[in-house]
Amino acid sequence: MKVLKIATAGSVDDGKSTLIGRILYDTKSLTDDKLEAIEEKSRQRGFDYLDFSLATDGLVAEREQGITIDVAHIYFSTPSKSFIIADTPGHIEYTRNMVTGASTAQASIVLIDARNGVVEQTYRHFFINNLLRIKDVVIAVNKMDLVDFSEEKFNAIKGEIEYLASKSEYKGQNLTFIPLSALQGDNVVHKSENTPWYKGETLMHHLERLEPEDINDESQTRFPVQTVIRPKTEEYHDFRGYAGKIYGGDLAVGDEVAVLPSQTKSKIKTINFFDKEFETAKRGSSVTITLEDNVNVSRGDMLVKTNEEPTIAKQLDATICWMDKEPLQASQKYYIKHGVNDAQAKITQLSSIIKTDFSGKEENPSVLELNQIGEIQLKLSKPLAFDSYEDNKSNGSFILINPKTNNTVGVGFIK
Amino acid sequence: MSNKTIQVDALESEAIYIFREVVAQFEKPVLLFSGGKDSITLVRLAQKAFYPAKIPFPLMHIDTGHNFPETIEFRDRLVKELGVELIVRDVQDNIDSGRVKEETGRYASRNMLQTETLLDAIEEFGFDACIGGARRDEEKARAKERIFSVRDDFGQWDEKNQRPEVFDMLNGKIDLGQNVRVFPISNWTELDVWSYIEQEDIEIPSIYFAHKRKIFVRDGMIWSADDAVVYRDKEEVVEERMVRFRTVGDMSCTAAVLSDAVDIAKVVEEIRDSSISERGARIDDKRSEAAMEKRKQQGYF
Repeated sequence: MKVLKIATAGSVDDGKSTLIGRILYDTKSLTDDKLEAIEEKSRQRGFDYLDFSLATDGLVAEREQGITIDVAHIYFSTPSKSFIIADTPGHIEYTRNMVTGASTAQASIVLIDARNGVVEQTYRHFFINNLLRIKDVVIAVNKMDLVDFSEEKFNAIKGEIEYLASKSEYKGQNLTFIPLSALQGDNVVHKSENTPWYKGETLMHHLERLEPEDINDESQTRFPVQTVIRPKTEEYHDFRGYAGKIYGGDLAVGDEVAVLPSQTKSKIKTINFFDKEFETAKRGSSVTITLEDNVNVSRGDMLVKTNEEPTIAKQLDATICWMDKEPLQASQKYYIKHGVNDAQAKITQLSSIIKTDFSGKEENPSVLELNQIGEIQLKLSKPLAFDSYEDNKSNGSFILINPKTNNTVGVGFIK
Repeated sequence: MSNKTIQVDALESEAIYIFREVVAQFEKPVLLFSGGKDSITLVRLAQKAFYPAKIPFPLMHIDTGHNFPETIEFRDRLVKELGVELIVRDVQDNIDSGRVKEETGRYASRNMLQTETLLDAIEEFGFDACIGGARRDEEKARAKERIFSVRDDFGQWDEKNQRPEVFDMLNGKIDLGQNVRVFPISNWTELDVWSYIEQEDIEIPSIYFAHKRKIFVRDGMIWSADDAVVYRDKEEVVEERMVRFRTVGDMSCTAAVLSDAVDIAKVVEEIRDSSISERGARIDDKRSEAAMEKRKQQGYF
């Protein structure tokens, strides 16, 4: 079955966990024992209603503080498809966790409290959705019951978001606005009688209609080699297979390929998957490939079709989201992980901080702090074969790793 | 060459990608094998990831001594077929030497005691990556877990400071003494695993299928009455019923379910219609709301 991956984002108390709980409840995805546990806890705490956030806030600290700290993954299915919801934290201090959850999502739900309208957090959530180029974004205007299901309030929020969207660089996004009440269930799974002025779909109906697909648009084929398979057995004495996952486009036996960065040319001899051979393989498949010629290929090298070569360079420009307490400064050195390839990288320039409220840039800052987004230039210890993030998400993104702590400290989007 | 195009199975493809990253990034990986359906699925995925080469790491079983005999027999046969090394470390050894104390009473289980044996084995062999079959849909603390989950030398999980994991880039860089727990089927659900077992025609231990067994009922759960390790009060009545097990853990904390699913197709059907979660039959998770999180902080897998 196909899986649709959705990220959710909202500020504290926007009712994000309640919404997810409501979806699970109304789609009958909560099992009896889980529902019992929620009923019992809600009773114990003296709540008047079922606290669905208890289904998703899995850490003790989260339940204590009533907030989401880290991404939770929630799984459910309807007769037509399977869903994974990455429930991401709304707090500014957990922005990095939000990016983690949203990076692999195809669609995203941004929650807004109808009483408060668009707040600073909303700008940020919307900005990150645009930075990641998430194709389908649902603006869920929640707690409509507390504003008497006012069409005026809803339209005011819609207008503000549309204004932000007009300022965004990313124009390929589908925006959908839905008025709802997660607590009472209006327009979540069932159409509400309280919003006769709303002619659109319910949230679930909308999500059901989205076609699950790779987060990478179809583009040029990229095959980064993860490992070389050499069985060294009697039967497969000379077998030399290149194992990896295909991104962007398809590969077929007989395709002329270039090995990057060396640019050696060869042809695909076989495409193997487990104990069978295939003529073609589509993007998204993890396969093992053998080549006609005995060429030198190792981990981190990339196979591409000969007329589809990406940029090969020892420097790059990128937008970066900083994820570490220790700020980024120009002239610092990091490890860069670009797909399955590693190199060293030096920050040669920190040119700006991009404001997440779409109000512009701060030029030539001295540092980039935790959860800030900036523009940098990197010098690399060896040439990498990359695309822009716009052209190819997987081959246009990278992470930076602090060599002292081994932590992942930033995620970059190549220009 | 009769096959045209590979059918893309996103979950399978992701798991294979993760296995290959483990072998490329770590020096001494090991696959934690319990004989349960999740670890059996991992073995098939590992075979696929490295074929025609053999699985390039050993399997390790942390043996509570409370296994269903069918599981052990199955394990030994599988390992022989694969031609891979099997390491077994016994919880009993730590109990005998007095390093850990066995629980007593009607809810006693050796599940918690596995942690100490696992950590000892990691140190003994110098494993830097332990591959496990945990899934995020199992339990809400598991739902927070990364695919590469870094543990310190006490095996502790620092749940509030996990490394960001963006796109499919996996950062396996660690300090000496640290190790990584790897979960290739993180994004699979119980139903996904069963459907895969059906689709791939993977053999699994017989206790997963409905069979006649002597059982008794306690707290609304069904316990095996055949086995000495399952504590039973004298007044608890034994009867014979058709049952099967949904998970295969320590016998003393794994309950059975009434079922007539005698083959894989019927099991898949049963899981699809089930209104009880998989871990609903694991008494160890019912101890408290934070039972799993606490165990993980202490190094449980």
